[in-house]
Amino acid sequence: MLEIKGLRAAVGDKEILAGIDLTVPDGEIHAVMGPNGAGKSTLSYILSGRDGYEVTGGAVSFDGEDLLAMAPEARAAAGIFLAFQYPIELPGVGNANFIRTAVNAVRRARGETEMDTVAFLKEARNAVKALAMPDDMLKRNVNVGFSGGEKKRNEILQMTLLKPKLALLDETDSGLDIDALRIVAGGVNAARGPKFSALVITHYQRLLDYITPDRVHVLAAGRIVRSGGPELAVELEQHGYGGLGAA
Amino acid sequence: MSGTAYATKFLDRIDVASLPGDQEARQSALAAFFSTGWPDRKHEAWHYTDLNARMRGFADEALATRMLRPELPSVDIPRLVFVNGVLDKTLSSDALNFLQTRGIPEQKTSSLPIVALNAAITLGGADLKVSAGQNAGTILLVSVGSGDGLAIAPRHRITLEKGSNLTVIEVIRGAGRYLHVPVTEINVGDGGTLRHFRLQEESRDSVHVATVLATIAESATYETFTLGVGASLARSEFHVTLGGGGADVQLNAAQLLTGTQHGDVTTIVAHEAPGCTSRQTVKSVIDGSARGVFQGRIEVARIAQKTDGYQMNQALLLSDSAEIDSKPELEIFADDVKCSHGATIGALDPEQIFYLRSRGVSEKDARAILIRAFLHEALEPITDYVARPIFEAAIQSWRWGASG
Amino acid sequence: MVAVTETLQTINQLAGTGYKFGFETDIEMDVAPKGLNEKIIRLISEKKREPDWLLEWRLKSYRAWLSMEEPAWARIVHPKIEYQELHYYAAPKGPAPKSLADVDPELLNMYDKLGIPLNERAALAGVAIDAVFDSVSVATTFRESLAKVGVIFCSMSEAVREHPELVRKFLGSVVPAGDNYYAALNSAVFSDGSFVFVPRGVRCPMELSTYFRINARNTGQFERTLIIAEEGASVSYLEGCTAPMRDENQLHAAVVELVALDEASIKYSTVQNWYPGDAQGNGGIYNFVTKRGACRGRKSKISWTQVETGSAITWKYPSCILQGEGAVGEFYSVAVTNHFQQADTGTKMIHLAPNTTSTILSKGISAGRSSNTYRGLVRVMPRAANARNFTQCDSLLIGNHCGAHTVPYIESRNQSSKVEHEATTSKISDDQLFYCRSRGLSEEDSVGLIVNGFCRDVLKELPMEFAVEAQKLLAVSLEGSVG
Repeated sequence: MLEIKGLRAAVGDKEILAGIDLTVPDGEIHAVMGPNGAGKSTLSYILSGRDGYEVTGGAVSFDGEDLLAMAPEARAAAGIFLAFQYPIELPGVGNANFIRTAVNAVRRARGETEMDTVAFLKEARNAVKALAMPDDMLKRNVNVGFSGGEKKRNEILQMTLLKPKLALLDETDSGLDIDALRIVAGGVNAARGPKFSALVITHYQRLLDYITPDRVHVLAAGRIVRSGGPELAVELEQHGYGGLGAA
Repeated sequence: MSGTAYATKFLDRIDVASLPGDQEARQSALAAFFSTGWPDRKHEAWHYTDLNARMRGFADEALATRMLRPELPSVDIPRLVFVNGVLDKTLSSDALNFLQTRGIPEQKTSSLPIVALNAAITLGGADLKVSAGQNAGTILLVSVGSGDGLAIAPRHRITLEKGSNLTVIEVIRGAGRYLHVPVTEINVGDGGTLRHFRLQEESRDSVHVATVLATIAESATYETFTLGVGASLARSEFHVTLGGGGADVQLNAAQLLTGTQHGDVTTIVAHEAPGCTSRQTVKSVIDGSARGVFQGRIEVARIAQKTDGYQMNQALLLSDSAEIDSKPELEIFADDVKCSHGATIGALDPEQIFYLRSRGVSEKDARAILIRAFLHEALEPITDYVARPIFEAAIQSWRWGASG
Repeated sequence: MVAVTETLQTINQLAGTGYKFGFETDIEMDVAPKGLNEKIIRLISEKKREPDWLLEWRLKSYRAWLSMEEPAWARIVHPKIEYQELHYYAAPKGPAPKSLADVDPELLNMYDKLGIPLNERAALAGVAIDAVFDSVSVATTFRESLAKVGVIFCSMSEAVREHPELVRKFLGSVVPAGDNYYAALNSAVFSDGSFVFVPRGVRCPMELSTYFRINARNTGQFERTLIIAEEGASVSYLEGCTAPMRDENQLHAAVVELVALDEASIKYSTVQNWYPGDAQGNGGIYNFVTKRGACRGRKSKISWTQVETGSAITWKYPSCILQGEGAVGEFYSVAVTNHFQQADTGTKMIHLAPNTTSTILSKGISAGRSSNTYRGLVRVMPRAANARNFTQCDSLLIGNHCGAHTVPYIESRNQSSKVEHEATTSKISDDQLFYCRSRGLSEEDSVGLIVNGFCRDVLKELPMEFAVEAQKLLAVSLEGSVG
């Protein structure tokens, strides 16, 4: 379970998050929506431990542990996964090798046995197929020369194989056509279960047509200004974010 | 004979003791020069340019001055004209409010032998000083060499105070067999912008070694372009120090060489403050038995984080006996930097020639079109509308295939 | 390659930081007195029962060396090397081993510890190994099976005795005795090394490998390697190097000469892991090596691949002289420096004949307080019509106390030739590091992964088993450079 209490954060002198309270229980999918500049990406970066953000107040716990005190790799081992809005290219690093190294690093940290190459590749190939990705996806260098849609699918592939407890999907829908969107959503829905929760960060409602959230929160000017059920997303789609920022 | 011996013979005719100014400083600069003499390949900085070999013939040259009426660019802007290193008042504009002709400058010696030589024998030069916040427009600075066996050593100084602007079009021309070693000291203050376009059209018998020593302060810009077409041996050497955060230098040059000409562009751009950018493009077109040299070094000091440095060297070889030597160096001590250089050397692209021929153009014309295209690309950095036609004319009149 | 797999295990076993091969072997040695003079050279020659012509060649080289000065152009600094304080000959005592059964068990033990099994039955993967301990070749494996196809693979001393006509013809023909200061020194005092001869039309059926080990104290090591591939022959040769950890610096000045005749091909791979000195810069090997290949025949090919992670100082420019029409030269290099290491390394590609091509791919990684310089020459001579060169030099800096330098010399005297050069310097981006860490990799593992990716185009040129070892070495070399 993820519990965010009064989280405030700044970049340099500028306050981006102005006190966020949010709880995501196990097994639930929550959507965070909001206009550009509301602090959505900042929230996902702070939860995954990226440098460059100063937490100025509040606390975040994950399964009772102080999340903010953990290194990024420790958060991954604890079960947090960030699907990047702009996935990073790693020239010369093979995709399969990268994911397997990550899977085994996480398994080691959890005290589990490492996966051998054969077992890993079998699972990885199945996941590639399920995501309707080209076969050479595992052989290519991580995100190098990938189209925008391929990069996003590669994030979901990693999520599938790393089996996180909490996935942070940062604008995963941006740059996807409708078919790709359906496939990506399928990947997330396949992971759904009592031990999987997700925070779906998005500007638009359309991803939520395919991933039905348990709760929807509206983030504006660094605060959650409204929360509600899936119907809130529909309402936002119809009326826009106008007027919410001032709250 | 060693570099020192030839130098002695050549310089014996100059009575340094009779020159005005700080005699002690002149003598110490002279000593600094003589500690190397004319540099040759043994000096790493002169690896590809053997100045000593070219100066050999000069040692016995009879001293003669000829007063030729230099042809000056016909542009209607303020001008300063130096003939054999001395200001010619009749050819220069009357009063430039930001100009002093420079008397004898302080005789700083230098580890660069040619700069030390200049300090020992100079009779001064232009001293341009733009006060804070002023936009001083465009001026023409002409240096003419005229005569045989002369050593001409102007020492110019260009100082831009905070937030000021100036454009200098420098034209260097001459007739005869002389040595021309101009030194230009440049200081661009915070936020200032100096644009400096240089056209070197020396006499084909002369030796030209120019040195520009520039320091660029915070958020200031130095934009320079040199086109070299003249001289028997020419070297343009730039030492640019980016001394303040966010300073920017655009250092571009092109040289057109034919016959037995030797052309050398040497640049050292030192990033000594964080967040500075440098851009360099140097192009050489080499025909006949000419030899082109490019040496460029980007230095990044430990403090100069977030440096963005780029350097490109392109050479076009037009004949079987043409030669290019290129040494693009990176010397980097800071980790958070983006620095790169590239060099390409080759002939005209046969595919492009074929493309033109398939459209009915003769091979000769196709080559001519492509060479002009390469040269015109070289002129792109000249954004100044007064300067541009002067340089275009120089390129138009350049004849490749000429025996020299 | 079993040898390498075991080396790998050794690396894995000895967890923790620092150099993994630093043990000393206690063996009775026959050591020449300190110092260098004609008497010592005669002693070396006598010990090896060499013919007169070779002694004369050594003496001539020595005299040339006396008149030369240490080159000063490289970007390295070190205290003056006291050439008279070194031993120029050290060999395990006793008569030369005739077979593996005669080799001192302590020595076999050491090679076992390094993961180099000299026992032929143990070397399942079929890599023939010549092991050079201090200055002397102690064992060469698989000789008989190689002899069946006409390949000669033996120590240089043996080649001098058994194949004097070949040695006399080719020794010094690529790197002349007076070529440079260190080559002249080597020519005067070289004690052993490997000799390979692949006759016309033969593709050498297995990888050949030499394993160099410096053990004795205050001993210079001066191997001499000569590889000849006749018309249409091909061979792949690997070289590995380690040394014990010592406070004082040790001198290593080897010479490698390669000769490729018409359509012959030689691939020479090095994983250089001499002791680099400790984290404070004490000790380590001074590695001054001259490696040069002559592509004498038409369409001949010489390919150098090197992974340089060791040595306090590396001064090394494996080069190709492209003399035959259509000859191909390649240089693939990874050089890693950490702590106080200094590397000045690169290549020379000399295009003398038409249609010759060369490729240079150099990856430099500097960390700690180290200095890492690429220095390379591409020279196209007037006769080399349609010559082609492509050069890519990339540098990566880790931390803000190291230096990365790129010093290419590009000279073209043929208008139909085409030379392209690109160089970049950068650091590991914060984004890449965060991306890997957010997937669960530690910071150090993330750096290792990204660095290996950076070097991939070079590593893939190595024989596969060597590539795995090289990857691990990169990670080990960079330990302690992060954070």
